[in-house]
Amino acid sequence: MTDSPDAALPSNQYFRLHVNGADHDVADAWIGESLLFVLRERLGFPAAKGACEQGECGSCSVMVDGDLVCSCLVLAASAVGRDIVTVEGLSPDGELTDVQRAFIDAGAVQCGFCTPGLIASVHDLLDRNVDPDEIEIREALSGNICRCTGYGRIVSAVQLAARTRLDGPIGGAGA
Amino acid sequence: MSVLVPTSLDEALLALSVDTDAHLLAGGTDLMVEVNFGHRRPASVITVNRIPELRQWSIDLDASAVRIGAAVTYTELMSSDVATFLPALAEAARTVGSPQIRNAGTVGGNVGTCSPAGDTLPVLAALGASVELTSLAGKRTLPFTEFMVGPKRSARRPDEIVTAVIVPIVDGWQGFAKVGTRNAMVIAVCNAALVADRRAGSVTVAMGSVGPTMMLAPAASRWVEDRIDWDAMRLVGDGDTVDEIVIGFGERCSAAASPIDDHRSTADYRRHAVGVLGARLLRRAFA
Repeated sequence: MTDSPDAALPSNQYFRLHVNGADHDVADAWIGESLLFVLRERLGFPAAKGACEQGECGSCSVMVDGDLVCSCLVLAASAVGRDIVTVEGLSPDGELTDVQRAFIDAGAVQCGFCTPGLIASVHDLLDRNVDPDEIEIREALSGNICRCTGYGRIVSAVQLAARTRLDGPIGGAGA
Repeated sequence: MSVLVPTSLDEALLALSVDTDAHLLAGGTDLMVEVNFGHRRPASVITVNRIPELRQWSIDLDASAVRIGAAVTYTELMSSDVATFLPALAEAARTVGSPQIRNAGTVGGNVGTCSPAGDTLPVLAALGASVELTSLAGKRTLPFTEFMVGPKRSARRPDEIVTAVIVPIVDGWQGFAKVGTRNAMVIAVCNAALVADRRAGSVTVAMGSVGPTMMLAPAASRWVEDRIDWDAMRLVGDGDTVDEIVIGFGERCSAAASPIDDHRSTADYRRHAVGVLGARLLRRAFA
């Protein structure tokens, strides 16, 4: 009953979330917890980061049923039955996605706190638009705050990832 | 706290009828901020964004209106056919938050929360939209301007769910503009929508974040309607130049505003800025 989206979920009752292709039982959660909190603290998916907890910074970005959203603004219990993908689910364990590789190659990572949220947003962008111009890139990333880089190398990383998808790897650009 | 995730409107209405204190949750972009910060601990939550009936929109060309289900997101307003018929609503949707917020936030949530800064609200007011409210007792529709009665206060009864907005399709021009500290991820310091209805020969401007509800400017409208060549869609003076008409209209928009000082801006700045928005929109409408 608890994995049915129709079920009323009283406080402290367990529910089940579908994250990165597998079902995960959420036990002992307060029913008002955000998806961000449940992912990090209950289920051990630390890629999504908690910073503002009000949807302003994008560090907690994940995909829910294919839509990029701030996991801090998703009531975890309301995501029962939905397909949730975090950055951990974008590539096999221990491997980098093409976007992660481009961020490293372009020097787009400094402290790294905002990086998983940006990686989620860039995958979402490039899956919808294979060849974005700079304005489209900046609009797509407008919900992700980075306090280190000034965004220049992040934009370069997106352009590198897009070019690599279109043209194949550039010689010597990556491992 | 309990959470109910109904997947049909009947189920949601039944649940709300027995628990009218339940908080309705659409995209979560307002409520979850308050929950995360401990400002609100609703005893019960009923979600409305998994109800297929509320996720649809339809265009009724006979009635010359678009019916938009309450759980349609800002992203969908920007990218769907709705944008063709209601470009000002699409413009307003595009200024909301970020892609992440627009994928979650809904038009019904904007209407239900009824913040004076809600970006779709001046568009709904200026276009003469109606709000459809549904309870177990049936449906009723209210003009948006009667639905919103104050800051975060509406005429929704506790047993009712906002199920749709019904927005007339207007022959003419419509647009939206907003002032904030940056282009993205900003709650409006002030915003405005302008509709020039060629068939009715009317100009309607509605302004947000400059009063307790969406502020109309009937004196500005009447003043400018006498200075328009509707066949050519041009401003024509009575001795006034186009610039003088645009400035005069903006001044009359400012005069109709009733803003306050708060943490986002001052009353003086809002009154000035909303006049600039009114003038800018008028110039675009009759460019």
